[in-house]
Amino acid sequence: MHSIQIVAIIISLGILISVVDLIRRGMLKEQYAILWLASAVVLLVLSMWRGLLDNIARATGIAYPPSLLFLVAFLFLLLIVLHFSVIISSLSEKNKKLSQEIAIFKTFFEEHKKEGGKNEHRKGF
Amino acid sequence: MHKLLVIMPAYNEAESIGNIIPAVKKNLPSADILVVNDGSKDATAAIARRLGALVTDLPYNMGIGAAMQTGYSYAALNNYDIAVQVDADGQHPPDQIPFLIQPIMEQKADMAIGSRFLGNGNYRPSLARNIGIRIFSMLLSAITSQRLTDTTSGFRAVNKGVIKFFAKNYPEDYPEVEAIVLLRKARFNIIEVSVKMEARIGGKSSITPLHAVYYMIKVLLAVLIDILKKVER
Repeated sequence: MHSIQIVAIIISLGILISVVDLIRRGMLKEQYAILWLASAVVLLVLSMWRGLLDNIARATGIAYPPSLLFLVAFLFLLLIVLHFSVIISSLSEKNKKLSQEIAIFKTFFEEHKKEGGKNEHRKGF
Repeated sequence: MHKLLVIMPAYNEAESIGNIIPAVKKNLPSADILVVNDGSKDATAAIARRLGALVTDLPYNMGIGAAMQTGYSYAALNNYDIAVQVDADGQHPPDQIPFLIQPIMEQKADMAIGSRFLGNGNYRPSLARNIGIRIFSMLLSAITSQRLTDTTSGFRAVNKGVIKFFAKNYPEDYPEVEAIVLLRKARFNIIEVSVKMEARIGGKSSITPLHAVYYMIKVLLAVLIDILKKVER
C-alpha cells in the first residue's frame, strides 16, 4: 500500500467521522449534510479500492490515478458551494419577506391602537 | 371612488419629506400616504408621522426595491385600487400626480410612467446620463416593443392588478428598469405620460457619476436575467 493511499484513506475517514459527529450532536442538519456524506463516502471508496481508481483514471485519460481523487473532491466542493449559494438566495428572500411582513403588521398595529384609543375616548364622554 | 395610496420610500430624507407630504395632501386630499422608512438614521419617520402620513419602519436598511415592495404589499393587503410611487426627495412634483393617475382610472394602461422626455419636458441631463438613458430606452423599447423614453423614472402609478403582482415580484437593486421588463413579461400594459420633474430638494441621487458605469452594467445584466426568468402573474 502506497503512503499516498494511506493519507487519502485517513483524510476521507476524517471527513466522514466529522460529518457524522456534527449530525449526531445536532450541529449540522441532515439536508445540508447529504452532499458532505456523499463526498466523504465516494472519496473513501476510491482511496481504499485502488483497482477502481486505476480503472476510472485509465478510462478518463488521467496519467496519475491519485489526482483523480483531487478532481472528485474538487467537483464535490463545487457542488457543495453551489448548493450553499442556492440556500443563501432562498434564505435572503425569506428574510426579506419576513422583515416586510413584520414592518407592515407593526403599521397595522399602530393604526389600530390609534383608532382603538379614539373609540375608548368617545365612550368615555 | 378609487382607493388611492401614495407610496414614498424614504432613506434619510428629513430635509425634504416635510415639504413633500403636505404638497401631496394638498393635491390629493383623498389619498393615503405611506412612507416606507428604510432604516433612516435621521428624523424622517418622526416628521412623516407628525404630518399624518402612515409610516412603515423597516427593521434595517433593505434597499429601494424591498422598500417599494413593502409599500405594494401594504397596498395589496389593504385593497387599494391605485398606487403611486413618489420619491421623498422632492424631485417628483405632487401636482403632476393627477396626470399619472388619469390613464389608470380610465383603464388605458396597468402602469403609467412619468417621463421627463415626452412632450414639453424641460429636463436636460448631463452627457453621460443622457447616453445611459438613451441606451436603456433603446433596449427597453426593443424588449417591450413599444417606445419608452424614461425607463429609470420612479414616478409611476399602477392599478390593482400590478399592485398584487408587485407585492409578489419586485426587483431589488435598481428596480425601475427591471420592473418594466417583468411587467411586460406578465403581459401588463405600460403607458408613458409627460410630466415635469424638479431638481431634488435634499439628499443626493442614489447614482453618483462614479457609479454610473457600474450601475449601467448591473442593470443590463439584471435585465438579461429577467428575460430568462420565469414570471407568473
